Amino acid sequence: MRKNRLFWGAIAPLAAILSSLLLVSLILILRGVNPLEIFKVMISYGFSPRNLVSELNQTVAYYLAGVAAAIGFKMLLFNIGIDGQYRMGAFFGAVVGAAVNLPPVLHVLLIVVVAMIAGGLWAAIAGYLKVRRGVSEVISNIMLNFIAAAIIAFLLGEELLGILPEGSQNVQTRPIPVSGQMPTFKMFNGEVYSFLFVAIFVGIAYWVMLNKTVFGFNLRATGLSFRAARSSGVNAPGMIFVTTVLSGAIAGLVGIGTLLSDTHSYSMAFPSGYAFTGLALALLGRNHPVGIFFAAFLWSFLERAAPVLEYEGVPPEIVIVMQGTIVLAIVIAYEVVARINLRQQQRAVGKVNAELVIDKESK
Amino acid sequence: MATDAKKAATSTGKVKTFFKSPARITLVVAGIFFIISLVESLTGATDISSPGTSGATLRFAIPLLMAGLGGLWAERAGVINIGLEGMMIVGTWTAAWFGYLHGPLVGFMAAAIFGLASGFFHAVLTVKIGIDQAVSGLAINLIAAGGARYLSGIFFPPVGGDRTVSPPVDSFPTFTIPVIAPFLESIDAKNIFFISNLAGVFHGLTKDVSLVTIALLLLVPLTSWILWRSKFGLRMRFSGENPMAAESLGINVYRIRYIAISVSGMLASLGGAYLSLVASSVYREGQTAGRGFIGLATVIFGNWRPGGVFAGSILFGFTDALRVRQSESVMSLIMVAGIIATVLALYYSVSRRWKPGAISAILALVAFWIHQRVDVIPQEFVTVFPNFATLIVLTFLAQRLTPPAMAGMPYRRGSE
Repeated sequence: MRKNRLFWGAIAPLAAILSSLLLVSLILILRGVNPLEIFKVMISYGFSPRNLVSELNQTVAYYLAGVAAAIGFKMLLFNIGIDGQYRMGAFFGAVVGAAVNLPPVLHVLLIVVVAMIAGGLWAAIAGYLKVRRGVSEVISNIMLNFIAAAIIAFLLGEELLGILPEGSQNVQTRPIPVSGQMPTFKMFNGEVYSFLFVAIFVGIAYWVMLNKTVFGFNLRATGLSFRAARSSGVNAPGMIFVTTVLSGAIAGLVGIGTLLSDTHSYSMAFPSGYAFTGLALALLGRNHPVGIFFAAFLWSFLERAAPVLEYEGVPPEIVIVMQGTIVLAIVIAYEVVARINLRQQQRAVGKVNAELVIDKESK
Repeated sequence: MATDAKKAATSTGKVKTFFKSPARITLVVAGIFFIISLVESLTGATDISSPGTSGATLRFAIPLLMAGLGGLWAERAGVINIGLEGMMIVGTWTAAWFGYLHGPLVGFMAAAIFGLASGFFHAVLTVKIGIDQAVSGLAINLIAAGGARYLSGIFFPPVGGDRTVSPPVDSFPTFTIPVIAPFLESIDAKNIFFISNLAGVFHGLTKDVSLVTIALLLLVPLTSWILWRSKFGLRMRFSGENPMAAESLGINVYRIRYIAISVSGMLASLGGAYLSLVASSVYREGQTAGRGFIGLATVIFGNWRPGGVFAGSILFGFTDALRVRQSESVMSLIMVAGIIATVLALYYSVSRRWKPGAISAILALVAFWIHQRVDVIPQEFVTVFPNFATLIVLTFLAQRLTPPAMAGMPYRRGSE
């Protein structure tokens, strides 16, 4: 049974990736290039040591976004607000980090905590609206993403919190002093963010919290059945609120790796689109911390290897199409697998029932 | 609204219900407009009611309106369409490419067809296969954005475009309504209080209009008629409110949803086509700029009614127009809001409803304070006004909104 479950768990993501590869191959053939050649080039380029390092660094951010989304999914919450929460976290982390002077470790810790609080508070708005006002978190979060971007763009104004460094076009926050920076370590001849360990820790904490604590049990119970959890004494609305905030707090960490080890300041160059990526990764990784890691790596691999396509005469945006189809294929695969399982169960139950009936009649 | 109508129906009968509501709306609009004229004559700002603003408002509002109507069609049938943004991108791209090849009319038709196809895709995913509606919509957004960029990179550079910009496309011709427009212009020039302002607004709406604009505007009453007066509309609303009951009465919910979502995609795509063929004459990457999501907002803002969606898109289009034109007008608009809140506060305290009265009074004070203290409203905030307004509506009026009961819920034939 357990083996069977693992098999079904892995087959859907693999089938999704495969079918999306097939689709992309088709598009490439239409373009008149050999897809196998293209994939070969992408793999050799993507796995070169220099690129592996930046992929690993990008994986850290994607992984955290994936975990944030997974926490929400466990509660049947669709946290599309990761984008805004991550922005809030990174921005306020950068601002507070630049404003204070503390001993090295404490300084970093403060930035991390501030980022989590900022992300969590921003998510709390959507949580409150969901629990108290019955507002769908999808709609409120989409609106909150736009509002977060606007607030930050406003606060980054030069007369407020932003500065314009010489020779640069991008306004940014004041740089974080050395005591608030995080070292990198050498791997594949490159500099890997040590925030990687924080991400690993978050992954482990997520698994322990979910599977080994009462809180995690309540969370899963509420996600599986709101009414059942409530009638057995779980404060279900409270759980929804806390889960939203928790998801937002993790989302607040998404940009911190880059902030602490690379840029040391927040600017408008911080990428957007983490929300959808996070959700996609949680789906692809089946909300499992290890699964999400592989998914996050696949995602950053695809993005890092994409520019090489330019030399082959293929617009690199094909990778975005590929990511989109992977997501669609994965949810379709889950739906199909779930339906097959349901049919098998029904058949099994039917069989037992039939035996019972025959038993009764023969008596 | 609903309770008012009910009261009127029970006390005075049908005739009065029919008469009361539009008359009231007209009065309210006229009142607001009176305040705008007042503020304009007080502060000397003239841009709120200038023909330029009203024309721009219309141009900005149409794409939002189309996205909003698209969202309305889908949600009334019970499926949330988060892919509106992607479907608009489909519209901007196909309209520009086919418009470049064969002229704007063909471009427009192509946008309609491809939009229909993208809507159909969403329908297959959510209705037939039954995957999560939000996932499907978001994936469509991603695939449309990526696909448009991929195709732009292949098709546009060889014909004189750019990787992100199409070659220029012929726009639809515009025309000025004869007699009426010059007449309004002459009144506008005379500077009579209120009347000239009103003429200015209508002058903007009658000069340099495109036939496409009028055709798309007609979709509002058409949607309204289909939803409330036709058999199909009844079934569509039924599918959104209670698909199981609809199915048990012999309605083919799947087919209704297929049609409604395909139309939804077509409408959003036409909104996109409007952006690249009427509002400008080129496809540019990022042209939709989140308008699909604002369309989603207008659906909520308009309480899932075509007229409401129209009002919402005009309001949001208006803020968009003001943002682009000049930000001083925003300040006078805040003064307008302050005066309206004052009037409301007086109205509520006369009728002894203290709580809304106090809220209005506070709002009025805040508005006047902002007007006195703040020099200029940052453009960023004007941009997100639609998003903010939607959140406020959801927060404070959620109990009075009447969304289709089963919008967003998965439904499988034969299941409970």
